Amino acid sequence: MQLETISSISTPVGEGAIAIVRLSGIDALEIAGKLYRGKKTLDEVDTHTINYGHIIDPDTDEVVEEVMAAVMRAPKTYTREDIVEINCHGGINTINRILQLTLKHGARMAEPGEFTKRAFLNGRIDLSQAEGVMDFIRSKTDEASKVASGQMQGRLKVYIESLRQSILNILAQVEVNIDYPEYDDVEEATTELLLEEAEKVKTEIEKLLKSSRQGRIMREGLSTVIVGKPNVGKSSLLNYLIQDNKAIVTEVAGTTRDILEEYVNVNGIPLKLVDTAGIRDTDDIVEKIGVERSRQALTEAELILYVLSNNEPLTSEDMELLDSVRDENVIVIINKLDLDSELDVAELENRYDFPIVKTSITEGKGVDDLEDRIAELFFGGQVSSADSTYLSNNRHISLLEQSNSAISDAIESAHMDVPIDIVQIDLVKTWELLGEVIGEDVSEQLIDQLFSQFCLGK
Amino acid sequence: MNAQNYDVVVIGAGHAGVEAGLAASRKGLKTLMLTINLDNIAFMPCNPSVGGPAKGIVVREVDALGGEMAKVTDKTHIQMRMLNTGKGPAVRALRAQSDKVLYQQEMKSILEQEENLDILQGMVDELIIEDNEVKGVKTNIGVVYNAKSVIITTGTFLRGEIVLGPLKYSSGPNHQMPSIALADQIRDLGFDIVRFKTGTPPRVNSDSIDYSKTEIQPGDDVPRAFSYETTDFIMDQLPCWLTYTSNHTHEIINENLHLSPMYSGMKMGTGPRYCPSIEDKIVRFNDKPRHQIFLEPEGRGTKEVYVQGLSTSLPEDVQREMLSSIPGLENARMMRAGYAIEYDALDPTQLWPTLETKKIENLFTAGQINGTSGYEEAAGQGIVAGINAANKILGMEPLILSRADAYIGVLIDDLITKGTNEPYRLLTSRAEHRLLLRHDNADMRLTDIGYENGLISEERYDRFNRKRDNVNVEIDRLSKIRIKPNEHTQSVIKERGGTPLKDGILALDLLRRPEMDYMSILEILDEEVQLSKLEYEQIEIQTKYDGYIKKSLIQVDKMRRMEKKKIPEDIDYDAIHSLATEARDKLKKVKPLDIAQASRISGVNPADISILLVYIEQGNVKRVEA
Repeated sequence: MQLETISSISTPVGEGAIAIVRLSGIDALEIAGKLYRGKKTLDEVDTHTINYGHIIDPDTDEVVEEVMAAVMRAPKTYTREDIVEINCHGGINTINRILQLTLKHGARMAEPGEFTKRAFLNGRIDLSQAEGVMDFIRSKTDEASKVASGQMQGRLKVYIESLRQSILNILAQVEVNIDYPEYDDVEEATTELLLEEAEKVKTEIEKLLKSSRQGRIMREGLSTVIVGKPNVGKSSLLNYLIQDNKAIVTEVAGTTRDILEEYVNVNGIPLKLVDTAGIRDTDDIVEKIGVERSRQALTEAELILYVLSNNEPLTSEDMELLDSVRDENVIVIINKLDLDSELDVAELENRYDFPIVKTSITEGKGVDDLEDRIAELFFGGQVSSADSTYLSNNRHISLLEQSNSAISDAIESAHMDVPIDIVQIDLVKTWELLGEVIGEDVSEQLIDQLFSQFCLGK
Repeated sequence: MNAQNYDVVVIGAGHAGVEAGLAASRKGLKTLMLTINLDNIAFMPCNPSVGGPAKGIVVREVDALGGEMAKVTDKTHIQMRMLNTGKGPAVRALRAQSDKVLYQQEMKSILEQEENLDILQGMVDELIIEDNEVKGVKTNIGVVYNAKSVIITTGTFLRGEIVLGPLKYSSGPNHQMPSIALADQIRDLGFDIVRFKTGTPPRVNSDSIDYSKTEIQPGDDVPRAFSYETTDFIMDQLPCWLTYTSNHTHEIINENLHLSPMYSGMKMGTGPRYCPSIEDKIVRFNDKPRHQIFLEPEGRGTKEVYVQGLSTSLPEDVQREMLSSIPGLENARMMRAGYAIEYDALDPTQLWPTLETKKIENLFTAGQINGTSGYEEAAGQGIVAGINAANKILGMEPLILSRADAYIGVLIDDLITKGTNEPYRLLTSRAEHRLLLRHDNADMRLTDIGYENGLISEERYDRFNRKRDNVNVEIDRLSKIRIKPNEHTQSVIKERGGTPLKDGILALDLLRRPEMDYMSILEILDEEVQLSKLEYEQIEIQTKYDGYIKKSLIQVDKMRRMEKKKIPEDIDYDAIHSLATEARDKLKKVKPLDIAQASRISGVNPADISILLVYIEQGNVKRVEA
């Protein structure tokens, strides 16, 4: 049985020399086929072959990457569905681009573990495995529901319940109008009325989503790297942040010495400082691990603190690195204000939109400013207090995102003068999805979640 | 006495019974329909109307499957209206005011003409059962009728009790004889029984109504019909009238509440929330200054008028007082008093989706005995039970309509999967795919099924196929014609209030615009209309709501995938240790036939579904020993 096509990057991000985007499902060949250009089309190649070609963006015909595409037709595949694996040369941007292209052309992002779940549901399992799997589901569900009910107590639950209630009120009104059209007991639910309520709920959902992002940062720390040429003051900055904020220094088990992480608390925001060992051992991180490696550290970080010296002009290496992180969260720190100015700040401002902070770390000047900038970048200046109402569970967040898109559809339809009972369809969906967040309505997606959270089967 | 032999015996001749009996006999099976009183075939003991939201769609579904309710309504009604015309196509609903007497006569005459069907007056007191299998029935005078299959459609007759003020007495609806012995036997067989209640308002003489104090509620002045086959339309219609309760009505009710069985402490069955008595409405919504009262003629040949909205079980003299407090009814002469009736119903989770009982083989039940209310719900179950009783005898596949096929499918699935703790009424909101279950496409959804089950004639099937082809061919044609933005085109669009075209556009895409209809497209193309109105309406709806329909279809697809994962009927749930206890108990009771149905049982959570999936997937399923 072939299901809708799913796609994901199936190699660890940023690690290996090659990366693979894997598609599985009924349209896997069709979707990959739209993107692939080779001697033969993917439809023509034999099953279980690997084929040299290029991935192009069909909208622009631009060549994205040189690839090898492995084609495996059902049923002799891992999932027993059609599978296409697109092998390319590492590089997070390229591989992401290819993934996005598959999503744009009809695939759905695979949930973690979904390939395995499909393998399992399509019959690749024996009795002893099945029993193990069943017990596992039971124990994990009981465990997860304990955790979930712990998370779901108190304000958040009440909050979502009140959102559901507002939707339910309008739903009920629309339904009564439909089922009892002649009764004047109930005010006619108009599209305007529905829109007004829907807009309110949407705003609230968006607020929740925003705070959930903050919640994750609060919980896991904001992964941060400090980058710059030798002797610009990176280790001073690190030491200052650590001393000033009484850092908790953790050695992450099993990591190599050069990717130690340290946590510091800046204005209530936990920063997870990556690659600190590199900075400690030698100030010369770029030299030590090479531009390539730095670039990688940069793309993985959520916050980049790029340190320049006021005393040195901008080099081509600086510009190369800064160019490559144009779309990231970067704060440029111009350090050593106490020395003569050799840096062309105007040029920097012209070239980039990054916020710029001027410091003299050794004198402790400008660091407060830096801390404010960080808060601004991630919380719009407002740092939520530790006990704030936020969603922390990925399943909850994804349900909330789906609620948001369902209610947006409802609002869009209402603006297009679609009949109210049809607008209602998306509103019902929003209500059901919100119900799932607090465990009140369930559907097949919950099973999906189970399989994605726990690696079952093979 | 020699026993008579039949293939199918139907107990009861109400709206479920007649459809069941007709379906079985039309499939060539020798069928007997037994009814306590032959004059009450297809009787409407409550409101004189058929259809309305959701229900009206069921009537069309019964028609597409080859039943009679739609055709008889079309022939005998006094008024028809399309409701919800201001809303989307999915919730539009046709409703007829029926002529009760003509309806009965017409239905009886149809039954009389059916060659394989015998209708007989008689009360069934006993089911003949051997080894958990039904073999026939025995009447109260001791006559035995052998049967391969028996369908019980006893409505509210099973241990019926009428409640009127402080009075409570054994009776069927409308003071008919109740069915007691059969009710006792069904209990003794070990079926789980619930006690339900429903009510009806008083009737008054039309001549005694002052209509000048009421608002007229006419029927539509365009031809309307339920059946896709109807070609003769009744245009000479009778109006209904609208009035309201007054302050005084509420005072009378409040003063007499102690006489109402509901508030006097008398033990009562569960009544429907959606159809409360007037005393219930006044107690629960005491801030409402007035309630609507619709005055509905019961037919052309009678002066009786049904006082809709005044359902009550208060004593007769209080009812008279209440009537006189309502504008227009000050001098109304009451002809029948309202009353509440309690009756036995089966917990419907004891049924398979075919409506056969799990406990007794070849025994089917349909209609109010399954916990529903409403003539339409009864008819929908009746035709399904009739087809399935016959199919089982004939060795044919059972008919199980899914939730995406029909409102009848939603109805039956709700009943057998979730059960009901009040008389069940269909509502459009019960259908998760209501955009697919429209009144305009019931024939598209179900005529094939009716034909496969032998209830649609070749002739009718040909007509249907022509309609379907015409629609499909025209949609295909419009999807290939490119309309140019010339002067003629722009002027037609402008006339309809649309914005002019910038470029050429496919005719079908132009039709998607809200302001455009099929006729405008033809005008642009300078063509004469070749299709019937029903055909081009179908094209308009399918085109305009295409995006939303596709969205629904994706949902349906997901459900159908889960429906394909079958659960063996005799699976031993006790052998699946990881199931939660509540889920195990529910699964053992409902015995779902597939994973989709299992997932709809309340108390069976997704983890249990995953466990069940894994258990079935591994192939070695333990069975319960017979």
